[in-house]
Amino acid sequence: MVNFGGWDMPVEYSGILSEHEAVRARAGIFDVSHMGEIEIRGERALELVQYVTCNNAAKLVDGQIQYSGLMTPAGTFVDDLLVHRISDRHYFLCVNAGNQEGDFAHIRTNNRHSAQVENNGDRYSLLAIQGPLAASLLQRFTKVPLASIRYYHFEFGNVDGVHCMIARTGYTGEDGFEIYFAPEHSEQIWNHLLDGGSKEGILPCGLGARNTLRLEASMCLYGHEIDDTTTPWEAGLGWICKPDKGEFLGREILVEQKQRGVERKLVGFEMLDKRIGRDGYPAAIGGQEVGRVTSGGPAPHLKKNIGMAYLPAGQSAIGASIEIIVRGQPAAARIVEMPFYKRPKQ
Amino acid sequence: MYPADFRYSKDHEWVKVEGGTGTVGITDYAQSELGDVVFVELPKVGAQMKAGQSIGTIESVKAVSEVYCPVSGEVTAVNNALSNSPEKINQEPHAGGWLIKLKLANPSEVAALMDAAAYNAYVDAKAKEHSA
Repeated sequence: MVNFGGWDMPVEYSGILSEHEAVRARAGIFDVSHMGEIEIRGERALELVQYVTCNNAAKLVDGQIQYSGLMTPAGTFVDDLLVHRISDRHYFLCVNAGNQEGDFAHIRTNNRHSAQVENNGDRYSLLAIQGPLAASLLQRFTKVPLASIRYYHFEFGNVDGVHCMIARTGYTGEDGFEIYFAPEHSEQIWNHLLDGGSKEGILPCGLGARNTLRLEASMCLYGHEIDDTTTPWEAGLGWICKPDKGEFLGREILVEQKQRGVERKLVGFEMLDKRIGRDGYPAAIGGQEVGRVTSGGPAPHLKKNIGMAYLPAGQSAIGASIEIIVRGQPAAARIVEMPFYKRPKQ
Repeated sequence: MYPADFRYSKDHEWVKVEGGTGTVGITDYAQSELGDVVFVELPKVGAQMKAGQSIGTIESVKAVSEVYCPVSGEVTAVNNALSNSPEKINQEPHAGGWLIKLKLANPSEVAALMDAAAYNAYVDAKAKEHSA
């Protein structure tokens, strides 16, 4: 068990490699109840969401979800989050555990819209069922036709007799669902799903596999790829940054940075020998230190060692040679396209 | 669990002495803490090691760990099988997952290490710390 944002969480159950492969080939179940939930209600709920986030929440319809960033006035990340539109007067935000209190305070401080903001982290448990068999497993526990829930959409319904928000989202690069429900039912649903999937080799998965899976899928982790010093443009998250939507925190700075161009960029790399470039290791070009690895490690499914790093924008071309400094020694690496892993089309 | 004919260090390495040669590896406790091992970096045959000096590194999926030499001596063999099958360290830490063999420079160092019973107690105490 490790302490993660005040929660005791297992890094692994049967082992990171076997859990990782279970999710890629079959399915895995993650207890991610540590994630925070903040709900915004009221006539002007949308205006508040629009003001504090960088994506355009006005595009959402009921039952739709959007990946977004909670912005500082400097256009950097307070957090990254999922915005669920329950109705035009009710938005449900899923945020990082460690940032929950800060996010809540930040949203309230910027609430010029008399919206009702509630920090509801302890009112929800969250289980993620991820992998090619996720839908068929979960379908055995619900009458909600899961095939009708599209990617980044959700519906309410019972799972194992418990009222849930069933969202087709995840942090693994696979198809899958995240289900939110009242915490007193956690043990029941967890045990029933695992029992139900044991024949197919569906495994409980810990934080370790969650990290290797999201790294292979090139998804950002707060505190690594993004934080309050990085902007969406730098992090390769331009697709969630919509300055044309109207006023929001950090907008002017982001518009200006886009016009001027970024000085540094997040890139993906793969190691060219057996050594492993890990979080925090320096990245160099021609012997000169130019950046730092934000996340790095083995990619169990790809059977390579991969990572992400910030590099000067002018030295971030795909295919370029770089070095990762591993315990004082340069190890050869190459900048590659992200995502490292993309699930096969069905 | 922990072979009676091995000696153990506080850093969770073991040494098995046969004649003047010591075989060194990491313990079952160490491998279970590390998780899936994916890469091992070891010294070359002929290297002179001092007790407490780093032998090399073991990398698991989640972490890098330094391995320290429990005894002094000259490296006479390196377990090359680990470069293609590092998982042997997880599967058989006290046998096929050995790391190096040394010609012992100072056999009296061995006596200063823990025996199996003492190491067992040491690991139990660690496990209690963890669950506390």
